[in-house]
Amino acid sequence: MAALLKVKNLEVAFDTPDGEVKAVNGMAFELAEGETLAIVGESGAGKSQMVLAFMGLLAENGHVTGEALFRDRDLLKMKPRELNEIRGKHIAMIFQDPMTSLNPFLTIEKQMAEVVMHHQGLRRDEAREHAVEMLRAVRIPDPEERIKQYPHEYSGGMRQRVMIAIGLLCEPEILIADEPSTALDVTVQAQITELVSELRKQTRMSLILITHDLAAVAEIADRIIVMYAGEAVETGSVDDIFYRPQHPYTRGLLASVPRLDRASDDELQAIPGNPPNLQDLPEGCRFRDRCTEAMDQCVNRPPVWGAEDGRTSRCFLPMEGGEIVVETVEPVAAEEAG
Amino acid sequence: MSKPVLRVQDLAVTFTGFTGGIFTRRERQLRAVDGISFDLHAGETLGVVGESGSGKSTLARAILGLVKPGRGRVMWRGEDLTALDEEELRQKRKELQIVFQDPIASLNPRMTAGDIIAEPLWTFYPNMARLQVEERTRGMMKVVGLLPNQINRYPHEFSGGQCQRIGIARSLVLNPKLLVCDEPVSALDVSIQAQIINLLKDLQKKLGLALIFIAHDLSVVRHISDRVMVMYMGQAMEVSEKQRLYKRPLHPYTNALMKSVPIPDPKLAAEARQASWLTGDMPSPYQRPKGCIFHDRCPFRVKRCEADVPALRRMENGDWVACHRAEELDLSIQVAASC
Repeated sequence: MAALLKVKNLEVAFDTPDGEVKAVNGMAFELAEGETLAIVGESGAGKSQMVLAFMGLLAENGHVTGEALFRDRDLLKMKPRELNEIRGKHIAMIFQDPMTSLNPFLTIEKQMAEVVMHHQGLRRDEAREHAVEMLRAVRIPDPEERIKQYPHEYSGGMRQRVMIAIGLLCEPEILIADEPSTALDVTVQAQITELVSELRKQTRMSLILITHDLAAVAEIADRIIVMYAGEAVETGSVDDIFYRPQHPYTRGLLASVPRLDRASDDELQAIPGNPPNLQDLPEGCRFRDRCTEAMDQCVNRPPVWGAEDGRTSRCFLPMEGGEIVVETVEPVAAEEAG
Repeated sequence: MSKPVLRVQDLAVTFTGFTGGIFTRRERQLRAVDGISFDLHAGETLGVVGESGSGKSTLARAILGLVKPGRGRVMWRGEDLTALDEEELRQKRKELQIVFQDPIASLNPRMTAGDIIAEPLWTFYPNMARLQVEERTRGMMKVVGLLPNQINRYPHEFSGGQCQRIGIARSLVLNPKLLVCDEPVSALDVSIQAQIINLLKDLQKKLGLALIFIAHDLSVVRHISDRVMVMYMGQAMEVSEKQRLYKRPLHPYTNALMKSVPIPDPKLAAEARQASWLTGDMPSPYQRPKGCIFHDRCPFRVKRCEADVPALRRMENGDWVACHRAEELDLSIQVAASC
């Protein structure tokens, strides 16, 4: 299967008054056509920054190295004008907070029409028609009337639907959703999940979902990357991650989801401790001070295990059916460069 | 059984909004909390669950006297809080404390963790010796799982979960008897949520607190609650003992909330989705549906639901429900074998 997007050795760092902070370390992945990839991790894991980096949306003090090939063209080497042609049209992005990502002074029509008028050169009336169609696709009731309204006249769930509609306007090849349902009620989350999985069936669009909650992507992801402190600690198919998790962090994330489908009434399982401070990372394995399986050798950098199906795990514990692809002694690329 | 410490009786809060243009302006009433009653004992936890706009936070604020209720009484250890004047109420707040939703926004970024936790002491005991305040602050930090040597750090130096621990320390430093937690974990990573829930549960046991725990997700309140109240548009749809509620909810809305909780298992999640059915948004609070307020989203509605308002009534086992069909519906939840 042809990869639509190939990210290689991506590094993101920020200049701060306290020195350079590395947010993303040597990330690599491929996204196939029609595939749904979930990137899962706690706040500060670098999942959003990685995506913002190849979308050219990093904050001013951030810089990125590596490669992000979209149809064999490197997004990181593009001029802003070229990137503008890609963003919105070929790769669209939905942000976490539907309240703040819409302009409160413009009607929904204006905000939607703008996109297609720019990218597809439609006239205003054509653009409106297209926008109404999209609102209908995301199941906004009475779209001809509601399109004339302002964001504050929509509920939170409806605003997120509008964001999805805007993302879909140009029928992008890739849709990136950064915590699309975190700010919403569970009932609305369920509706949005259902909507996304339906849209995915209808189009051949590829999807990148970013979330801190594994449960939220169980139903819709094909493949999952689990990130911790700027690195991928485990990648695998959705069944691998949920039914055969390898890395202790992945197991911790799974165990911490409160479940109603289990009768057990024991204490909730938390991952002890807090996500690490990127300016003060522990030596060796970055997860070791929160890890239930930590051993003496974890003060060294753990090896990366890999298998033929693309499954990886970054841990001293051996991966089932895998072999070591990156040795412990070999410093990772990031540190070589530094 | 001992007497309840808190009795909320027919509590209602109404906000006045405006509609129309400059010349056609009309007042309209929004019933945020509409006749809520419950009792709470020392050492007991009531979970309050509902979608945004269901009035959970307003209920919390009305109990603490942060908004003026339009009707009803809040009896705290035999005294009606709604009848107290400002200063009397302020003194009562020593016993009644709150933890807010957003752990970072609810802390002053220019105060150190120590100052934030100590501030209630300065306010209520201005004559307390500096050393004593510091000692108490450090002690409190230990209780909530912070390191006492972090006392001079600022909120931005802590993670979200740690900030919520600071918020909890601040609310407990006065030794309250009632703690209201308004969505204390909604803004936290799933992996950290359990830490805070377990901490609150521990503290409650140790300190014998009466606890009101608000969330929008039934899975979050399960582990901490003794009873759960499900709210919709300002009204209680169901108040049930925990074990029973999670086995067999009485109200279709409770059932809908349970089915919305995502399951971390690809196969089960796909199956559950087929069975889920809550559609649409909560109606505008200005246009309350006639009859049962939930009827337009309810898959079990019958003619009667469109006309008659179901009263909140007591079932034989002591649970409360506001549904005409509670007895005939079997909304039992299929529970997978624990593994």
